[in-house]
Amino acid sequence: MQEILEKLEVKRAEARLGGGQKRIDAQHARGKLTARERVELLLDESSFEEFDMFVEHRCTDFGMEKQLFPGDGVITGWGTINGRLVYVFAKDFTVFGGSLSEAHARKITKIQDMALQNRAPIIGLFDAGGARIQEGVSALGGYGEVFQRNVLASGVIPQISVIMGPCAGGDVYSPAMTDFIFMVRDTSYMFVTGPDVVKTVTNETVTAEELGGASVHTTRSSIADKAFDNDVVALLQIRRLMDFLPASNLSGPPQLPALDDSERIEMSLDTLVPANPNQPYDIKELILKTVDEGDFFEIQEAFARNMVTGFGRIEGHTVGFVANQPMVLAGTLDSDAGRKAARFVRFCDCFNIPIVTFVDVPGFLPGTAQEYGGLIKHGAKLLFAYAEATVPKVTLITRKAYGGAYVVMASKHLRGDVNYAWPTAEIAVMGSKGAAEIIYRSELSDPEKIKARVKDYEARFANPFVAAQRGFLDEVIMPHSTRKRIARALNMLRHKKLENPWKKHDNIPL
Amino acid sequence: MALFKKILIANRGEIACRIIKTARRMGIKTVAVYSDADARALHVEMADEAVNIGPPPAAQSYLDIDRIVDACRRTGAEAVHPGYGFLSERSAFPRALAAAGITFIGPNPEAIDAMGDKIESKRAAAAAGVSTVPGHMGIIADEAEAIAISRKIGYPVMIKASAGGGGKGMRIAYSDGEVSDGFARARSEALSSFGDDRIFIEKFIVDPRHIEIQLLGDKHGNIIYLGERECSIQRRNQKVIEEAPSPLLDAATRKAMGEEAVALARAVGYDSAGTVEFVAGQDRSYFFLEMNTRLQVEHPVTELVTGIDLVEQMIRVAAGEKLSIGQSDVKLKGWAVESRIYAEDPYRNFMPSTGRLVRYRPPAEGAENGATVRNDTGVYEGGEISLYYDPMIAKLCTHAADRSHAIDAMGRALDGFYIEGIRHNVPFLAAIMENPRWRSGELSTGFIAEEFPHGFSGRALDSELVQLLAGVAAALDHTENLRKRHIDGQLRGRPVKFSPRRVVKLADQWISLEVTGDTATQITIHQEGAKPQELRSKWHPGQPVWSGDVNGRPVKLQVQRILNGYRLSHRGASVEAHVYSEREAALARLMPETSRAGSSNRLLCPMPGLVVSIAVKEGQEVKAGEALAVVEAMKMENILRAERDGIVKTVQAKVGDSLAVDAVIMEFA
Repeated sequence: MQEILEKLEVKRAEARLGGGQKRIDAQHARGKLTARERVELLLDESSFEEFDMFVEHRCTDFGMEKQLFPGDGVITGWGTINGRLVYVFAKDFTVFGGSLSEAHARKITKIQDMALQNRAPIIGLFDAGGARIQEGVSALGGYGEVFQRNVLASGVIPQISVIMGPCAGGDVYSPAMTDFIFMVRDTSYMFVTGPDVVKTVTNETVTAEELGGASVHTTRSSIADKAFDNDVVALLQIRRLMDFLPASNLSGPPQLPALDDSERIEMSLDTLVPANPNQPYDIKELILKTVDEGDFFEIQEAFARNMVTGFGRIEGHTVGFVANQPMVLAGTLDSDAGRKAARFVRFCDCFNIPIVTFVDVPGFLPGTAQEYGGLIKHGAKLLFAYAEATVPKVTLITRKAYGGAYVVMASKHLRGDVNYAWPTAEIAVMGSKGAAEIIYRSELSDPEKIKARVKDYEARFANPFVAAQRGFLDEVIMPHSTRKRIARALNMLRHKKLENPWKKHDNIPL
Repeated sequence: MALFKKILIANRGEIACRIIKTARRMGIKTVAVYSDADARALHVEMADEAVNIGPPPAAQSYLDIDRIVDACRRTGAEAVHPGYGFLSERSAFPRALAAAGITFIGPNPEAIDAMGDKIESKRAAAAAGVSTVPGHMGIIADEAEAIAISRKIGYPVMIKASAGGGGKGMRIAYSDGEVSDGFARARSEALSSFGDDRIFIEKFIVDPRHIEIQLLGDKHGNIIYLGERECSIQRRNQKVIEEAPSPLLDAATRKAMGEEAVALARAVGYDSAGTVEFVAGQDRSYFFLEMNTRLQVEHPVTELVTGIDLVEQMIRVAAGEKLSIGQSDVKLKGWAVESRIYAEDPYRNFMPSTGRLVRYRPPAEGAENGATVRNDTGVYEGGEISLYYDPMIAKLCTHAADRSHAIDAMGRALDGFYIEGIRHNVPFLAAIMENPRWRSGELSTGFIAEEFPHGFSGRALDSELVQLLAGVAAALDHTENLRKRHIDGQLRGRPVKFSPRRVVKLADQWISLEVTGDTATQITIHQEGAKPQELRSKWHPGQPVWSGDVNGRPVKLQVQRILNGYRLSHRGASVEAHVYSEREAALARLMPETSRAGSSNRLLCPMPGLVVSIAVKEGQEVKAGEALAVVEAMKMENILRAERDGIVKTVQAKVGDSLAVDAVIMEFA
């Protein structure tokens, strides 16, 4: 009997070795951890329970029947992050380069099904060469099965992808359909077709890093939401992120008890908006002084930096922040900012995370580059996202809220629940000078007259009170009490119930 | 004679605030003046009234006598305190005030004039019997005369060009031979450099110290001295740390210096607070340097050891009151140290730093652990450090029974001084507090140049510091872990566990330890081969200063959250700490050390816009976060900052250029 029990341990030890010590060493030499090490770091100590450890592929072509590794290049199972359930799959680069076989895909789909059924997040760690070519269409079918489940789970449970090595071809589409993609600098890249194919087809010479490295995807393509220096940093940060995220669309966001006083006064915010209206300031200071403990997990910080998005907490509850950044492009809305914020707002709405919006927007970015690039539709995405969102929405206008951009940024008209403004706010169709020059076009030849008109317009509209008179703002608040007022508003909205008309799904301008 | 009802302070910053405090305590209303750059400054906020006196450049505001006199007229201020700097030592100012019937809270203009000229003041000092540097001012004909003079003065001597400034044409000679050699060379150098071959010789003071006597006089001929201050810790003639009393002086020397200073003041009819500066040798010899006819920056250390409010006394004597303190009433009690907090980057050759004070949390004032903490400040959290004025933002003082306790208190106070948004010299000051030579009191004006010959790069970690920082890092981590156990939505029956065995990565050291404690306020750290550390603190995540005690000793250190860890700053050392489980540490050790080179070595224009200014030059070294250029777009000025440390290779754009998106502004090496 004892012998039989011991046999299990022997088999487990074999499986744990993956592709063997030599390949493990090679993985380490590349500055990467193995799939098992990664799972260990991601999850609470000894909380991982592995499934399908002994699964092997069933391919008999090209001599594959002689190459069998228990686990077949992916490690799957479940565990906890700070006590909360998550499902995990991690591609094992040491076995067939982590390539996807039919059996491998089935291991993933099993976990996907469980995560969806049991309403808990799923995290995928990618480090793989793509489809297992020897299996041909069976592998492709496997991808399809994974993709289908990604889509069904979308908006029901958080799906997170971490790219920790190569991720190419069919492998890229599963991450692409998840909520967030993170990458590891220098060791990871993502592309549909690799440098060799690019060279053959377009005669373009490009390295893997240039084609799909972390830098490209965090700053240019916006495929990735964040990049980290190495595996350890990345996995510990995913643990941090998971503390912000709900288990599913039914659970509501988690609460982490905070000692930070929700009535904390920040006198320095009274001087955040500079005396000179053309001088920028850092909106992140406002976010950091508003959230609990200055703890803010920024999403897409390197892309469309004129818009800031990310998670923080207020009174221990997760809140999504969206803010115009006057430091970059004067905080204007452009196509990239529209897409970035729209996706973030929709994530928050899916998962019942209240949205706090800080507005300082002089308008949409003008120019042919923007118009040709589809600014109308990209801007409409954000408008659409805010308008359809039913989660608590608290908006604060710090300075400029001009024109259509005012409406887009979670205004009262888009069912903003509580709309605040600082006394420095200016809510108007456009800046005073531009407005006066249009209204008094006939006086343009007389600079003195126009100057007086600009002053008149400023006195009339460059303040929050006209909007407050209309009820477009609920209250004008002192900057120093921002945290207190937002905390109160969110508290008041905790049991908000709002439903959109039944529909199969909406038709957001994609 | 009645005191004033309302006074105007013709100054800004900490000194204006400090004067307002005393005036308020005396029941006197105050008027602040401010330039456009100071509209939101603290002194404007604190004063009962404030008057704008013009644009930011001092010449058009704080130095404009007419505007200040006008501000007095408009507000009905009866007297003006000039603070230090600006108009404080310009005799034209008290004269203009007098013409307008306004009292100057300071000495009479004749005394200012008498002491204002370097050579004249030296003559007056010599005439009053004040010890001056022995030397020969006349024209020296030849080597023989030079040698004769040198012998008379006593070696070593300094041979200097009369017309020279700085170190040009300067020679130090220790013997007759060196004089004859040096004289000829100094003369030819003087001729070629200044077109004037006149030479003078004076005594060279080896390892000089800067010691000054505080005086207080009234309009009735009474003058007393309030002991001395030592200000030898200087950087490029800028005082950094001052103290009272001086560790050099004995009672007899103090008395002799004080009496000579009083004699000089009497000779020029001095009638307010003033300071006579001396250069002192290590043998307690001392020689007159100059007299400052104003309140000194470092006056708080004298106030702390004498218990006398100098500003109050200045106001009273200006109003014509007789001094109520006699020389015999002046008793020096304890020891006081002052650290000047400057907005400058000690890691980058003390480059001035400007910007918004995102966080400004000075240590609490008042008594703590047997010492008194005083902070004279002119700024506040959310305020702006502008480029127009002095970069000094505060003067932190501690006062205790003796020197070593005052220094310890200063170290603690600096550890608790939290500033964010600009670069500042707090780490440098804190490192000096730990310097053995400073602690021994063996000072000279060359102290900083000698102790920090290669500039400042942070205090090196010793084993005691490593143990402390590792212990606190582990305690911070433990506090956060204890809390993580309370996040909601956990699986039932599986409480989150964290192994007590931790590994702290501190800079490049890995330290294994064990952490125990069920509450965040009491944590014990066990380290092999070391005594257990007992840490008590009420710190909770998000607080920038960890304050508590370690094995019963009060400790403060600054905590900044970084990715998966903390940056800890303590006593001039600043280090990144990551706390891992043993398994995490083993895996973290497998990670390659990457120096993050960043994505691009070029600064590109992020938007179509106009270049308003370029802040750097080719070949200049820049730090991550430093402003490189300002581009205006959509009528908004956008500051472009360095993404990482580097050196500017070429600057391709110039002010006034209209740039397209992604146009190259500069390249880095």
